[in-house]
Amino acid sequence: MSSNAIHIENLQKIYVVSERESGVRAAFQSLFHRRTSEVRAVDGISFNVDPGEIVGFLGPNGAGKTTTLKMLSGLLHPTTGDASVLGFVPSRRERAFLRQITLVMGQRNELYWDIPPLDSFELNRAVYRIPTADYRRMLDELTDLLNLQELLHKPVRNLSLGERMKCEIAAALLHTPQVVFLDEPTIGLDVTMQRRIRSFIAEYNKRFGATVLLTSHYMADVEALCKRVIVIHHGKLLFDGDLSRLVQKFTAHKTIIVQLEQPDADLSSYGELVSHDESHYTLRVPKSETAHITERLLADLPIIDLLVEDPPIEEVIEQVFAQEGA
Amino acid sequence: MNNLWDLYLQQFKTTFASMVQYRASLVIWMISHVLEPLVYLIVWSTVSLTGGGSVGDYTTRQFAGYFLVLMLVNHVTYTWIMYEFEYRVREGMFSVALLKPVHPIHSDIADNISSKLITLPMMIVVAVGLGFMFHPVIAPPVWALASAIPALVLAFMVRFLLEWTLAQSAFWTTRVGAINQIYFVLVLFLSGQIAPLTLFPKFVQIIAGVLPFRWMIGFPVELLLGRLSPEQAWAGIGAQLVWLLVGYALFRIVWRAGVRIYSAVGA
Repeated sequence: MSSNAIHIENLQKIYVVSERESGVRAAFQSLFHRRTSEVRAVDGISFNVDPGEIVGFLGPNGAGKTTTLKMLSGLLHPTTGDASVLGFVPSRRERAFLRQITLVMGQRNELYWDIPPLDSFELNRAVYRIPTADYRRMLDELTDLLNLQELLHKPVRNLSLGERMKCEIAAALLHTPQVVFLDEPTIGLDVTMQRRIRSFIAEYNKRFGATVLLTSHYMADVEALCKRVIVIHHGKLLFDGDLSRLVQKFTAHKTIIVQLEQPDADLSSYGELVSHDESHYTLRVPKSETAHITERLLADLPIIDLLVEDPPIEEVIEQVFAQEGA
Repeated sequence: MNNLWDLYLQQFKTTFASMVQYRASLVIWMISHVLEPLVYLIVWSTVSLTGGGSVGDYTTRQFAGYFLVLMLVNHVTYTWIMYEFEYRVREGMFSVALLKPVHPIHSDIADNISSKLITLPMMIVVAVGLGFMFHPVIAPPVWALASAIPALVLAFMVRFLLEWTLAQSAFWTTRVGAINQIYFVLVLFLSGQIAPLTLFPKFVQIIAGVLPFRWMIGFPVELLLGRLSPEQAWAGIGAQLVWLLVGYALFRIVWRAGVRIYSAVGA
């Protein structure tokens, strides 16, 4: 068990929420009789993550991703089930545990608003008791990897969202955590900045052998960083394995794009025509028949170009939730 | 301990850097700290003048001394944690603090002391200036001055622990304002803020002696004015120590329960 960086078994989090109808009368009634209901945010999930792995944690809004990350970082007590991170029970919040992990949330505010990031970094150095030499080295490295030189001395309130996010990430990693939980680290950022943060995460993982568990709405993040993905929906685990296997498992179709010499051909007998412009045709065909149909197309028609593709990952994920979530 | 010192030092730098960004609000905040005791001073001086130069055991100039010393003592022991806590819980800022390997009270203590180090010298200057206007009588014997130092430190610690503990009510309710209001009224009347406690009826004085508020403010003021006997001073420091222990126990119990609530309902 302790060979896993993260180990969770049958983890469950049930929130008790009070509810009432709108209106004065209902408000009055709720004074005396409070109705509550249970929300199963995380409903018995189990998985292991090895040291040094980067795992993408996927699911639609409200699937239980953030709740799981909060349980793993000790902010939330699980209702039942076991969690262990680096051999610690997160909910005990032992100092030795907190010194080795970090949780970066898109909306998290680690930095003081009115002063330059460097001052907040210094405060974190003291909070995490980072030896000065280590702090210097790490600060240099983070400054280099995230391109922070220009930002370190400006008050945080004068930074753009992307610049601030880079500084937030740096602040969260100064103590060189071995386990990194990232909750939507690229949310709201432009494409260039997303790419920079992405390559930074990969670099951090490589340099420090850190274990990374990452949630994101951007499939580009997941495709670039994670070989393995864990998909949850309604608090339940739907899939745990290689990203490529996810595509195989949940897609029954492939896409064939053909370019023909003449523009107006009827291809409906080969498969479902998804789109068509001028001489380009996009067909959706059952995966098992892909080879056969391709063969027929090449034999029957004057083809200039032909391309067989897996559907985009967004579509796959959407399909997963459509199938299982109903 | 050395590491905690480093933390306090860094927090001081951070607080200082943040504070100088807001010089105007700093001045406004200080004015409010001067104005309240000044109003009581003027009211009581007027009452005393119309009453033949004294009320109870306070002459007009002794009132001036009382409220000027009160102004400084209140400033030293003052906290603003009760305003902050609700905001932190509501905005989810507490999650950030809970992820740190240090108890969040340390950064609050450091922050409080840091801003006092910056504002106290200015308050002393103001107090001295007002002294020229109101001619206060302040005549403590040397022993009283010496024992006022531990009394002030204890007053600060008791007030800080109790208010930090009370501020945690934000874990349970979103209506912290009502609780704060009750607390402030109790402090106003039972700590000696609105008037010296010796001017109140005997039963109020007894209640004030049992409750913690007098030991946070009124007691060090009376000590600094030289109005207490050595026995009363020792008894007062004893009461402060008792309240420090009670406050610490409450703080531990409420913190544990509060974090449990926070981590049960969602951070």
